[in-house]
Formats: sequence, structure tokens, C-alpha cells
Amino acid sequence: MHELGIMSGVMDSAKEAATDAGATKLLAVTLSVGEMTEAIEDALHFAFEALCEGDPFTEGATLTVNMIPPKSRCLECGAEYTHDRFHMFCPECDSFATELIEGRELRIDSIEVDLPDDDS
Amino acid sequence: MPKHIDLKKPILDKNDSMAQELRQRFADSGVYVLDLLAGPGSGKTSTILATIDALRDEFNIAVIEGDIASSVDAEKIKAQGTSAVQINTGGACHLESAMIKRAIDVLDLDRLDLIIIENVGNLVCPTDFDLGENAKAMILSVPEGHDKPLKYPGVFQVSDAVILNKADTMPVFNFDEEEFLSSVKQLNPNAPIFKISATKGDGVSAWTEWLADEIRQAQAGAVK
Repeated sequence: MHELGIMSGVMDSAKEAATDAGATKLLAVTLSVGEMTEAIEDALHFAFEALCEGDPFTEGATLTVNMIPPKSRCLECGAEYTHDRFHMFCPECDSFATELIEGRELRIDSIEVDLPDDDS
Repeated sequence: MPKHIDLKKPILDKNDSMAQELRQRFADSGVYVLDLLAGPGSGKTSTILATIDALRDEFNIAVIEGDIASSVDAEKIKAQGTSAVQINTGGACHLESAMIKRAIDVLDLDRLDLIIIENVGNLVCPTDFDLGENAKAMILSVPEGHDKPLKYPGVFQVSDAVILNKADTMPVFNFDEEEFLSSVKQLNPNAPIFKISATKGDGVSAWTEWLADEIRQAQAGAVK
């Protein structure tokens, strides 16, 4: 995977949202990452730290990554079930007609920022 | 004063929205776009050449070649008389929709029926990038081994068709076909699997007939 490229996109969006909110510092970023994307959690953390370093606006910010396991819906019997990355078929009726409903996420859920105090 | 801001924003939203724009442009011009994914040396260019050979009488075809560097693949395609646009990603491991947008500027979309995008040789990174294509297809070649669906499930899962290339070499590489077919089936039950030998032509017609059907259906849908 290209975790550094992904994380550059995350930093751009996070900094933009923080600046729009009038923040003086980015404190934390929370992501949801589907396991089917094959993005590696450790590599995301490594890239995040590398990109935060040296910029007073982001230095010391923390990253939380929520890994989302694959989940599918059976198009025949309607069952919804989580599964591993390799077996998509329905455990209820053995059907192969299924669709993946979770597990491909690459999403910024939220950020924490520091705002100037009201009286300043 | 700390503040929590909810974003709920897709990380790849810039790519996704541009891909949507491209998809609309392709549909308006009646051109079908295939994003071809595979590892290095699996026979992507040979498969494209065999595909062009089979379909050039019915369809106007162009190829977009994605490579980290060089234009050797584009030269091979052009030598066959087909338009080819080279994209050098300069180190990036996958194509993004902004690169496709620049590449199609030199193509006359209205005169084309099929654009084949040869993605960068890589079984992981291109998987998550929408390029505005109608379908993704992937190639695995026999020498890479029958266990690849278990190592790279993502690419097998997103592909609308799976091509098994260099099928004639199975005995040499102890390729367990049954094991391979069953792993692919469990990951992606609906994708057809085509066994071919691109350079010899074996099995290529089943693949190109499937693709031709897909193009005709998309073009019939676009006319409505």
C-alpha cells in the first residue's frame, strides 16, 4: 500500500479543517480503515508521525486508526455477517451472491484541535 | 481550548469525485473503459495486444499505459497501429483519476469505443483508486503461483473478471488450478475466470467475447 500518500491526503484535509475552524494547533486525528484496503496500521502511524514532525501546527498530534473488519450482506437471504478477508459467501444459506457493505473504508472520522481561548 | 470536529470525510474523495466526472464523460462519448490490474511480468501488454487483435474490426480502441518510467509498452502498442498514451507516474505505485484526465486530453473520445488502461504493475495499490472505468479486470500469470488470491485478496475481490495468463506453463510450475479457482470463487463468486495464453492465442476468444458483450451492453445503455 501507499500509506504515505494516503496520509498526505489525510494531513491536507485535517489541516484545512483545523484552519477553517480557527485552530492554532492540530491535536488528534481519528481514521476508519477497512481491512480489505490492505492498508497497514503500523505504516499509517509511521507516515503520520513523519508528516507531523517539524511543523509546530501538527507536532505531537496523535493518530487513532479504527480498523474495520469486512462485513457483507447476502443478496438472497438478507443475512448480514462479518467475515475474514478471503471468504465472502453467506454462512446462513451458502449463497455466493453477496455484497461487501463494510471493509473498504478509507475515511477521516474526526479531528481534535486547539482553539484560542474566548477572551484572547 | 480543545475542540472535537466531526469530518466523516473519505480520504480519497478528490480522486473519487474526479472519477465520477470522468465516468460521465466516458458515458456521454459512448466509450467503454477497462482498468487492467496485474503484477509486473504477468503479461499485461501481451494480453492487451491479443485483445486489440481480436476486437479491432468491431471497435475503435486506445490504450493508456501506466508505468513508473519508460514508454516501452506504449511503443509496442503503437507499433500495432493503435493509439497509446503513456503516463509515467514517476515512482507512484498506482494511477489516479487526475492522471487519466490529463491522458484523455489527447484522445478523441467520441471516435473511440474502448479504452484499455494498463495500470502500474502492482497487485495492491491500484485496487482502491476509481479511475471512472466501467470495469476492472485483473491478470494473474501461472508462474506467480496459485496462492496469490490468499496473499492479495483485495485485487481479486474488486475485479469484474479474472484472467489466468500463461496457462500453458501450468505443468512446469506445479500450479494447482483447482485450488486457485476455489480461492477466487470464495473471494469473488461472480467474476468470470478466463484461462489464456496471450502470446499463443489459446483461450483469448472467450475473454474477448465477454469484453465485446460488455462494451455492446454499455453502448446500448448509453444510447437510451
